Amino acid sequence: MPDWIDSDVLIQQLLLGLSNGMIIALIALGYTMVYGIIELINFAHGDLFMLGSFLALTLVGAAMNCGLIDPALMGETSHWWLLGTLVLVCGIFCGGVNLAIDHLAYKPLRRASKLSQLVAAIGVSFIIVNIGLFWGGLPMEVFGGGGAAAAPKDFPSLVSDANLLGEESFVVLTWNDIVIFAVTIPLMIALTLFVKFTKLGMAMRATAQNVTAARLMGVDVNKVIAATFAIGGFLGGAASVLYANYNSTVSFQMGFRAGMDAFTAAVLGGIGSLPGAMLGGLLIGMVRAMSDQFVGTEWTNVVVFSLLVLILIFRPTGLLGLKQREKV
Amino acid sequence: MTTSPVSQTRAAPLLSRGQCILFGCLLALPFFEMLFDLGLSAPTRFVFVFAIVGIGLNVVVGFTGLLHLGIAAFMAIGAYTFGILTCTIYPFQIGFWPGLLAALLFGAAAGAFLGAPTLRLRGDYLAIVTLGFGEIVQDLLKNLEPITKGTQGINPLPTPWFFGAPFVSDTPKSWYFLFLGILLLCTVLVRNLEHSRIGRQWFAVREDELAARCMAIRPDRVKLVALAVGGGLAALGGAMLASLISSTGEPGNYDFQISILALCIVIVGGIGSMTGVIVGAIVMVGMNSILLPLIGLKLQQAGIGTTMSVYLAPDNYKYMLFGLTLVLMMRFRPKGIVAAEAEER
Repeated sequence: MPDWIDSDVLIQQLLLGLSNGMIIALIALGYTMVYGIIELINFAHGDLFMLGSFLALTLVGAAMNCGLIDPALMGETSHWWLLGTLVLVCGIFCGGVNLAIDHLAYKPLRRASKLSQLVAAIGVSFIIVNIGLFWGGLPMEVFGGGGAAAAPKDFPSLVSDANLLGEESFVVLTWNDIVIFAVTIPLMIALTLFVKFTKLGMAMRATAQNVTAARLMGVDVNKVIAATFAIGGFLGGAASVLYANYNSTVSFQMGFRAGMDAFTAAVLGGIGSLPGAMLGGLLIGMVRAMSDQFVGTEWTNVVVFSLLVLILIFRPTGLLGLKQREKV
Repeated sequence: MTTSPVSQTRAAPLLSRGQCILFGCLLALPFFEMLFDLGLSAPTRFVFVFAIVGIGLNVVVGFTGLLHLGIAAFMAIGAYTFGILTCTIYPFQIGFWPGLLAALLFGAAAGAFLGAPTLRLRGDYLAIVTLGFGEIVQDLLKNLEPITKGTQGINPLPTPWFFGAPFVSDTPKSWYFLFLGILLLCTVLVRNLEHSRIGRQWFAVREDELAARCMAIRPDRVKLVALAVGGGLAALGGAMLASLISSTGEPGNYDFQISILALCIVIVGGIGSMTGVIVGAIVMVGMNSILLPLIGLKLQQAGIGTTMSVYLAPDNYKYMLFGLTLVLMMRFRPKGIVAAEAEER
């Protein structure tokens, strides 16, 4: 190892990349599942994720107002029950919203050209961004009193910030990291089992392979599409809570960046492939962390976008996307 | 390959009837305003700039059927080319007209540069690549501070001149006629392209790439020309905008929202229709930079300004406006206000 790389710094960045990568992977699953079924880049998915984090912040604020949690102790004690509830509630919320979006905006365009659907998805994305802007203007303590709606909001840490490796260790590992693994890994396992072994999961795989054939076999394609949007949305909502808790700030514009990272991850892994999205998410998380450290934070977005462009040009099927790939 | 006899029998007029009416109205507006001061001609200059960008985007999206989500990057390229070549802090200082021309050419080259490796991609992937290009250009301009002055933007920029004589007093009206003239020129030029061999090739590729290939059309080359024309016109618009406000502004001004504004212009007006694009520019930029600020002003005058919250600032509805425009147009009128087929003859 060259001596300009400090091993502590490297390990710290790897850990950061791993944690953020797990979150990106969770969002990427939403992109890849929808793309696998109806070949639509669900442009609004990143912004849906943003909406989830705003709901989480609102609920945290409400819990503070009701005296359920003490604002002074945030980051010192851990509120496991609150975190668990938030993951569940925001997941269900985002799943429901995603379902509604599909029903209102995408479903009428199912027979239109792919580009019309993409344009509609961009439109939905902008509408959600605006909703996020207005949401941030609510007169709540956690939103800074609602005075500056567009400003990024601080998200209080719901679990202890203490370094688990001891006070004097340079590498910081907190419960925040552990929580991410404790939520994302079971979710991914559950999703894999669901897609492999349940009847609906089998219907999803069939629809992804060939819509017409699936329909002929008696698969209710509309139900499959709805389930895909709901599950994708749920994962995005769960990711939004983890992201807000880990990075301790939310903003109405963060959906675009997060969405682009996740979409890049989905493409890198091979769009339509579930393990691909997970792998891609981890890799993008790592690339971001390494680029932040060794190239400079102001260049990280350029690095990720260049990576996206290069993959699309040279290997559009991604890492795990083979010809006989198993989509969703 | 010979052109088909049908198109040879009848040369297209310089402007279609709809375009004549439009340009007539736009030409009359300042004179009308001498009688009743509506304060419209000053903001209409921005309409002209975005109409030119829209015409460029329409070549790519409307004529050739490629979704382009990074047109704002080409505006930025045009603005910065113009800025670097004309601003007094750089050694070039080539003046207004050569600056515009350079922006146009450099934008076209950038369009070709983006297109060359990416044109074989499927439609939605190409859209994402153009989006990525748009973001990369913004970050590059921001980070290459020694060349681009980072977030300060390049200023001041020179005003136009005519044959050695300086611009006829720096009034909104002279800008108005200058920009209207450039828009007219662009309209005629692109209309000629539309009715020429390359125009028919664009349509052929849009309708059916395989069939076009069978007719000995090379889709890659045809698309490349479309991207170059689109990039060049957008860069021209960007350079004009920079000259108008005498600064390139910061790189963040050329963000995704601007690309989507341009896309809204094309889609609202009528995808593939030149008249439609100009109508779309009037509608979208009209709402964006005339109607919304006006409502804001009225609200302030009505005394609500003191308690101005986020919900009462019309500017905060921009995203909603663009988003609803796209969703509703796709749902209920995908062909736009002026449908392309209805436009001709």
